[in-house]
Amino acid sequence: MVTEQTTLSNLAVEVENLERIYKIRGSKKEKNVRKELVALKDVSLQIKRGELFGLLGPNGAGKTTLIKILTTLLAPTSGWARVAGYDVVKEPGKVRTQINMVSGGESSGYGLLTVRENLWMFSQFYGLPSKEANQRIEALLKIVGLEDRIHTKSSDLSTGLRQKMNIVRGFLTDPQVLFLDEPTLGLDVGASRDVRHLIRNWLDQDRSRTLLLTTHYMVEADELCDRVAIINQGRVLACDTPSALKQQLQRDALFEISVGALNGLAVPTLERVPGVRKVASEESEEMTVLKFILDEDAALGGVINKLTESNVKIVRLDKHEPTLEDVFVSLVGRSMAEVEKEGSNGDGK
Amino acid sequence: MQNISALNRSESWRSFWMATWLGWQIESNWTDPFLFAVYSIVKPLASAGILVVMYTVIAKGNFNTPIFPYIYFGNAFYIYVGAVMSGISWAVIDDREHYKTLKYMYIAPIHIPAYWLGRGVARFLTGSIAVVITIAFGALFLQVPLDLAKVDWPLFFVSLFTGIAMLAMMGLILASITLLIAHHFFLIGEAVAGALYLFSGAIFPLDVLPAWLRPVGFAIPITYWLELMRRSLVGNVAQAFPTLSHFSNLQLVGILVGLSVIFGIASTFIFRFCDYRARERGLIDRVSNY
Repeated sequence: MVTEQTTLSNLAVEVENLERIYKIRGSKKEKNVRKELVALKDVSLQIKRGELFGLLGPNGAGKTTLIKILTTLLAPTSGWARVAGYDVVKEPGKVRTQINMVSGGESSGYGLLTVRENLWMFSQFYGLPSKEANQRIEALLKIVGLEDRIHTKSSDLSTGLRQKMNIVRGFLTDPQVLFLDEPTLGLDVGASRDVRHLIRNWLDQDRSRTLLLTTHYMVEADELCDRVAIINQGRVLACDTPSALKQQLQRDALFEISVGALNGLAVPTLERVPGVRKVASEESEEMTVLKFILDEDAALGGVINKLTESNVKIVRLDKHEPTLEDVFVSLVGRSMAEVEKEGSNGDGK
Repeated sequence: MQNISALNRSESWRSFWMATWLGWQIESNWTDPFLFAVYSIVKPLASAGILVVMYTVIAKGNFNTPIFPYIYFGNAFYIYVGAVMSGISWAVIDDREHYKTLKYMYIAPIHIPAYWLGRGVARFLTGSIAVVITIAFGALFLQVPLDLAKVDWPLFFVSLFTGIAMLAMMGLILASITLLIAHHFFLIGEAVAGALYLFSGAIFPLDVLPAWLRPVGFAIPITYWLELMRRSLVGNVAQAFPTLSHFSNLQLVGILVGLSVIFGIASTFIFRFCDYRARERGLIDRVSNY
């Protein structure tokens, strides 16, 4: 969390008791039924200037809702938020002079315009001198490997290349606070690496810049972020540096056991084995990966016995250092993949 | 790098100018220049042709009555209603649903109403081409009584630009409302355009309407604007119908300006309200996929 020495002036983002509730209409049969979906619940955060802050959570956790509020697109139901010192509800115009945003996994942009025209136009909306804008466009396109497409109509770009163009649009205006919502979603490995490189370089060039990144890629958050807030079901469950978060699990024994069919063995049964603190499972077609957080290594014997009793075939067993995924499991009780699966099945809690 | 907030170009002007540029790129680049030119000429001529055929059937080919130029000019200038008013509101739909850029425009340091007005300029320009072609075609081939030497040019230009400003204000109101109705925007646009077409004296004088419906026409500034456009081009046509004949040109201009100011003020409040509600309900970037 922010130290006592932190003053208001060096905070890029402040969020206090923020809550957002969506009112959802029922289906045609339930026309008069109004359901409420709590997207954010009592969220409080402080992000210092110069920080690369990550919001880590599964789909539907509330990450995008928070970004929408901070970028003035959505009003909070209660609580307040300031960006660059300005209230997002009372002073949206002032906030907008200080920010930019890019959402990943979408192909927005004017398809009739070329890459250069799209970017130049947005730079002009931000009041950038045309010559400077063109120089920045060329430099940024080169960094993301899109310089040879500068005169290509954006409708002729693949989804991934269009996303790169949009990422350039975000950096182009050199905002004080940049919001990147799942920027590498849908990008291939190489393109994701380019984007992460761009992010890190941009922040290193000027330590007054602040970047808020949402992701559900643990490795990305771990690699890039100065601090990470883990969010699930609209609540911030933990907020600290990645190393400090992982430190909390340092004394625990973390094992991953890949098994064949579970033969009816339920995860709660495994959780009742003495010394087992949390178990998460990720199923694929061929095997199930069981992730264990144990009080100590000695508890592993009981786990193996339980698996053997149930005729579960152990394919692989690994002991590993704590990752942010383990932190998530320890906080939520399930892996992020499990939470997303439940969410997509409509039975998420 | 330079801090953007320090740059001194006016926010409203910047928004308007760049939106005009964007609108023109969208309007003129959807096909190649030749097809665009053909479309620009053929579309208004086709509309005029339909009108003339309908009139021929109803009036049994009598083009020498004042009602023909009344209808013809009314229809010709009504092109601006669709072009400017619907054009401005269409920018919301286009950006939100098609290009998915509305949220990026919204978070940019721009003046949103100025941006929408700018997006309407290209429609105004293409609409102007259509109006000129329609009137020229009528004068050359359909005996529409237009004598350029007798046109009241000062009245024409004052009325034209006041009317365009008025339509722009109405467009802003429609655009603001469109922000709130993600699912049924097509119905709203068509309903408004259709209603105004019937009640604004575009195709028949208000006297044709039942007495209890006429006040609707008198409350719409388009009614006075179309009358002024007819008077400036062919003064004697307007005198043939009693609806607004007791008003002088100056009075009509005064009414038009007054109603335009009222609509302008209303558009400011309606925009603020709709903007607030859209952010409250999370509608700025909601795509209906309709």
